[in-house]
Amino acid sequence: MPVIAIVDYGMGNLRSVAKALAHVAPAQRVVITTSAAEIEAADRVVLPGQAAMPESMAALERSGLRAAIERAFREKPFFGVCLGMQMLLERSEEGATPALGLYPGRVRRFARELRDRSGHVLKVPHMGWNAVRQTRTHPCWQGVADGAAFYFAHSYYCAPEEADLVAGTADYPNPIPVALACANVFAVQFHPEKSAEAGLRVLANFAHWDGRL
Amino acid sequence: MLARRIIPCLDIKDGRVVKGVNFVGLRDAGDPVEVARRYNEQGADELCFLDITASVERRGLLFDLIERVSAEVFIPLTVGGGVKTADDLRPLLNAGADKVSINTAGVNDPSIFDQAAHFYGSQCVVAAIDAKQTRPGFFEVFIHGGRTPTGKDAIAWAREVEARGAGEILLTSMDRDGAKTGYDLALTRAVADAVSIPVIASGGVGTLDHLVEGITMGGADAVLAASIFHYDQHTIGEAKAALAAAGVPVRMTG
Repeated sequence: MPVIAIVDYGMGNLRSVAKALAHVAPAQRVVITTSAAEIEAADRVVLPGQAAMPESMAALERSGLRAAIERAFREKPFFGVCLGMQMLLERSEEGATPALGLYPGRVRRFARELRDRSGHVLKVPHMGWNAVRQTRTHPCWQGVADGAAFYFAHSYYCAPEEADLVAGTADYPNPIPVALACANVFAVQFHPEKSAEAGLRVLANFAHWDGRL
Repeated sequence: MLARRIIPCLDIKDGRVVKGVNFVGLRDAGDPVEVARRYNEQGADELCFLDITASVERRGLLFDLIERVSAEVFIPLTVGGGVKTADDLRPLLNAGADKVSINTAGVNDPSIFDQAAHFYGSQCVVAAIDAKQTRPGFFEVFIHGGRTPTGKDAIAWAREVEARGAGEILLTSMDRDGAKTGYDLALTRAVADAVSIPVIASGGVGTLDHLVEGITMGGADAVLAASIFHYDQHTIGEAKAALAAAGVPVRMTG
């Protein structure tokens, strides 16, 4: 039975991701793990996250799982969710925190007093359902309508240096990268485990992805 | 474009959904998992559970309920009621809650917002504010389920919880709760304009027009309602159609 490992670096609330994956991939074993060996043995790896960046990076370093995460990032289908996407970049403005630095770029806070076209101040966190434009095709987008809405809850967003990395954007009010893809890696800012049918479809796609484009 | 959200609210007592007027005269409104499933199928954007269970012994029922709902309903879940310290957030989040609302405990010790935002991130910290107009132009914060006045100005309190790290405000008008005469639009607008975090309007919905007004006139980012959905007066789909017809961006499903 193929194994999907959800990395537990000590910040909690991984159950929602696990429950959603178990729901869409009943023929696979979904494990929440604190073990480097289990991450190495897994067929697919999920790096989740939804807490504050400084505490999460500190917890990740304490967990001793960094090397295993980085190996999985290079070697097998790898899925980052929310903070698990932001961690892939070099650093975050949230607490001026160094992140994993696997892709060049920074995580930035939404500017204060952003306004939409009708002049209303945009609220931060960017919280709720927003349409995601698929900027390129990807196996994880298969069967998901371009422009489908996903659930977001974040105050910081990824600004990768390489535009090629971006696989999806959402407008708030300007387009921000909300999906990154490169080789065997797919990462999203939204919460697919909380995005009803569209989110479950992305998770199902990842659960059956071989990591090739 | 970010959609405005429709959030059915389930008041939970001893593991059941209940609904009353002005927090008294509670009536049974069903099994929480069944109700949650129905709302999810109708296209609810999020669900809110407010636990009003009085006894500590029966609080465990809430965790079991969140576990069961989150295993089959894949939309955001906000849970509140009975949170006393920042440590109380973790078991709720671990059970499957995405956001936790803090009310009385935040008034008693506002630093709970700072701590909760620091450890879990602002995105999961909701400040629940129950407000009542106690003299012209003054909205006063009430705690203990609306029983205890605090002397605090609701608008100033909203600014303070934002500064302390709350990521969202759930604003309930005590005057309107259960009255079905519409949101308190003056209160909603005043708070929505005072903060730059999302505001959920609550208390008083009796018609679909009230939902529309909460957004177009009250400036709310999301609208919460209970009884119009619980007793099948309207579906979530009808509510979304009403919002869309008024030019409000909504997430259409099905």
